[in-house]
Amino acid sequence: MQISKSPWLLHYDASSCNGCDIEVLASTTPRFDVERFGIINTGNPKHADILVVTGGVNNQTRMVLKQLYSQMPDPKVVVAAGICACDGGIFKECYNISGGIDTVIPVDVYVPGCAVRPEALIDGIVKAIAILDEKRSKQLIMKQKTG
Amino acid sequence: MGVRSVVPFGPQHPVLPEPVHLDLVLEDEKVVDAIPSIGFIHRGLEKLVDKKDFQEMVYVAERICGICSFGHGFGYCDAVEHIMNIETSERTQYLRTILFELSRMHSHILWLGLLADAFGFESLFMDSWRVREKILDMLECATGGRVIFSILKVGGLRRDIPNDMLKSFLKTLEDVEKDLEVIIRTFLNDYAVKSRLCGVGVLSSEEVEELGCCGPFLRASGVRRDSRKLGYAAYDDIDFEIITHTDGDTYARTYVRAMEILQSAKIIRQAIEMLPDGPIEMPVKGFPDGEYMTRIEQPRGEACYYIKANGKKFLQRMRVRTPTFANIPALTRTLRGCELADVPILILAIDPCISCTER
Amino acid sequence: MERELREIEEDTLLNETQKVHSEGYRLIQICATTVDSGYEILYTFGKGYDELSIRFLTKGEKPVQSISRIFPPAWLYENEIHDLFGIEVENMTLDFRGGLYRTSVKAPFARKEA
Repeated sequence: MQISKSPWLLHYDASSCNGCDIEVLASTTPRFDVERFGIINTGNPKHADILVVTGGVNNQTRMVLKQLYSQMPDPKVVVAAGICACDGGIFKECYNISGGIDTVIPVDVYVPGCAVRPEALIDGIVKAIAILDEKRSKQLIMKQKTG
Repeated sequence: MGVRSVVPFGPQHPVLPEPVHLDLVLEDEKVVDAIPSIGFIHRGLEKLVDKKDFQEMVYVAERICGICSFGHGFGYCDAVEHIMNIETSERTQYLRTILFELSRMHSHILWLGLLADAFGFESLFMDSWRVREKILDMLECATGGRVIFSILKVGGLRRDIPNDMLKSFLKTLEDVEKDLEVIIRTFLNDYAVKSRLCGVGVLSSEEVEELGCCGPFLRASGVRRDSRKLGYAAYDDIDFEIITHTDGDTYARTYVRAMEILQSAKIIRQAIEMLPDGPIEMPVKGFPDGEYMTRIEQPRGEACYYIKANGKKFLQRMRVRTPTFANIPALTRTLRGCELADVPILILAIDPCISCTER
Repeated sequence: MERELREIEEDTLLNETQKVHSEGYRLIQICATTVDSGYEILYTFGKGYDELSIRFLTKGEKPVQSISRIFPPAWLYENEIHDLFGIEVENMTLDFRGGLYRTSVKAPFARKEA
């Protein structure tokens, strides 16, 4: 069974300017419609397979992000949406930003852009789905080996 | 008296695209007290004035928030232009007005969609955002960006918008208005929608004034005040109404925002008709020296930009007071005494823009 | 629109604000600025479209009085000033005690000791 037929998506705003957030939301609405890939935007980390994070990480969101990531069931993939999530972007020099989200959790797909365009984001999510499948089959092989 | 319990709300919550945290003190299903805690998106960008010069700060100002991006860039440029005594050309002012109103339309439609999502009307959310794409198309056509445009600079605009392109916008606006008619009818007349909005979070006109509210939130309680009447950009020459409602509940707030979308279309139409020819930028010489505070009307309410400079390349201070910041005290007031199920709607009623608030 | 700026002394803040309140103004914003000799604190009030500002200079050594008992929404601005500038504010109606913004650098806007 392929998990990639219907991966659910969780969006978290680590400290973005909102530009990427609304583009993440816009990609679920009729014009771009990621739902045609079986993707549903969920609010619950325990239902989610893909974590889309926007914005760089600050002091206060660090723990929240870690917690959300740890609550998601395995296998899971992380998409960093927007340049801030990739490496801090224009806010990299701010005193409260510690850089991209890869300083806190492992990232699988980086989607740069300010703000990220929905087309690019969908491309990134489709890449993430392929990685998700890979992780899933590795997990199955490990299970068979260990019995 | 029932048992009191504290329910944490957020920072990650299905109805909120942005993190904000509230500690809700409940007595059974009633909220007795709400203590907000913010700072999840605090980046500290006001401090960037030490590292980026006054021209580069335009980019930073535009990225205070992705929804009201144009407004922030405009407010910043306006304040710096006042300090440097730069008189922008008429064409710049009209083009800025057109872009500002397009931003307001997309912001208000976005909010209508999110509100529909908050009370569980999924198809209305999708429909609102479908219409919003048409406005984003216009913005993308004119500036190249969907949400962050980077078209502003101190002294004018980076690129001109051709007249025939603006003429084609008139047609698109008509389409948008036709689509909006259906959506607004649902928001204002649908039985289910009304039952979730009417009588929720009522504030009187005295209360909103005392709590320092601004924007549609203020006007929904019957106060007739809109900073656009201060006459910056081209608003002096344009004829528009200030929309108010007297009920002061969430339905009134929805009404005010919905009607403002139609007013914005009216403003854009007038501005396109009256648009003069001319240069789009003025030369900028030297560095700013002095201080100024600009007040403008953002989609969410009045925003203040305070700039202090001392004749150097780098500004001494940039301070932004955003509308959501001013509306937070009122939010905690409306939450007191409401039902737990109404909390998401009440939070959305102020049209929260957390990244503006915390900067 | 009319604009007025009153420069005042730190000790007269509460009296002046009380006066402004009785003249029927609402609070627009409070803003602090780091300057060479200390911190400037600017209070902006509005009545209709008119604007009135009062401003004073403080060294930041002794606490500033809160105006949140006169203008209720002031607590939010004062907590912000406390967290970002490290200026103590006394008698706020809602005091977060430095918990409004939990920044990685304490009081990032505070004046650097020369």
